[in-house]
Amino acid sequence: MAKKPISFMLNGHKVETLVEPRELLIHVIREQLNQTGSHIGCETSHCGACTVDLNGRSVKSCTVLAVQAEGGTVMTVEGLPKNGALHPLQEAFTQEHGLQCGYCTPGMLVRAYRFLQENPNPTEEQIRFGMSGNLCRCTGYMNIVKAVQSAAKKMQAAGGK
Amino acid sequence: MIPGTFEYHAPSTVDEAIHMLGEYGDEAKLLAGGHSLLPMMKLRFAEPGHLIDLNRVLALKGIREQGGMIHIGAMTTENELIASELLRKKCPLIPEAARLIADPQVRNCGTIGGDIAHGDPGNDHPAIMLATEASFVLRGRGGERVVPADGFFLGTYSTQLAADEILTEIRVPSVPPGSGYAYCKLKRKTGDFATAAAAVQLQLDGKTCKKIVIALTNAGPTALKAKDAAAVLTGKTIDDKLIEQAAQKAMAICDPAEDLRGDREYKTHMAGEMTRRAIRQALARAQGK
Repeated sequence: MAKKPISFMLNGHKVETLVEPRELLIHVIREQLNQTGSHIGCETSHCGACTVDLNGRSVKSCTVLAVQAEGGTVMTVEGLPKNGALHPLQEAFTQEHGLQCGYCTPGMLVRAYRFLQENPNPTEEQIRFGMSGNLCRCTGYMNIVKAVQSAAKKMQAAGGK
Repeated sequence: MIPGTFEYHAPSTVDEAIHMLGEYGDEAKLLAGGHSLLPMMKLRFAEPGHLIDLNRVLALKGIREQGGMIHIGAMTTENELIASELLRKKCPLIPEAARLIADPQVRNCGTIGGDIAHGDPGNDHPAIMLATEASFVLRGRGGERVVPADGFFLGTYSTQLAADEILTEIRVPSVPPGSGYAYCKLKRKTGDFATAAAAVQLQLDGKTCKKIVIALTNAGPTALKAKDAAAVLTGKTIDDKLIEQAAQKAMAICDPAEDLRGDREYKTHMAGEMTRRAIRQALARAQGK
């Protein structure tokens, strides 16, 4: 099958590549564009480890075709730090012990980023509902919830970023 | 897991998509949110030679009110249904059900039209469409037809949608004053299909139940309209005894498939319990409680 040229913005940079229509976005991001932060967990759209931000919405990139990103804007965990400094969410996950093995963390961070853009001052219940598409098998979620709460406070104090 | 090979098409209008459907015939599949079709393609349960992606057909998106009816574009996502103030006021059963579907990421992709047209009895919108007495606009090369949800679902993965047609719009009547609604869904975890679920929409006239529609998810080869159960309650003042009778009537039509969620007896029992809960909650809402 003929490959198709696609181009999109990835973490603020324009990328161009050739893909087969059947290739999944997660595979292209990791294997062709070498951004390996986003993980492949279940590959069946359950676990959320492959969560990326596509055109301002959280999606599971194992269930999106790479050709569907054509002309779009994608952000992965590599796009979170600014000028070499960790994003407040990354700092909060460290300080609140929001991770143990770390496998789910890139998906958690990218999802939490979009969630806080949509709801900057969430309740615990809203955080649990908003983060329910990301599974973690280590933490029991308590510290992930705390990390999102802590980051929300810091980001609000800093004016939303 | 990667799907088999196919040719990818991204039309920007409905006419273009219909033309492609005509051209590629049985080889073609329409791609909506992709959270049923792409997993099926990964497993080779579906191997279309041509994939027609509807995500760039902007005319298939959006929610608007027209002549007492709410028109929902088939490519409107679950999260857009949840966010709609219009639906919350005029068809509250739809966003209530959408909140119980999958998870936030999947709801950003999954669409109401895809959920309906897929014909999976485990999907939630079919029962909601029966309960709200919705109708569907189907467009093909021969023009457009509007069919009621009741009768649209023929069997598992089988609907009245013809091979060269696209479900373009869902039309739902606005709820009248004195209405109540509820969708009660038993699931093992976030993202799971229903073990059993019941949708209820009713209308009170004083204390009397003027009208009620009850529909069940994942309790048979299609979503089921529980007509006998509704007949028990229509024209009556709903009490516990009548709710029990209605639940028994609902259970009598259940024909669920055994799977990891439970055997037929358990699922039928749960469909009965979801029916009881949904009637009680819809009644309480209609009474303003």
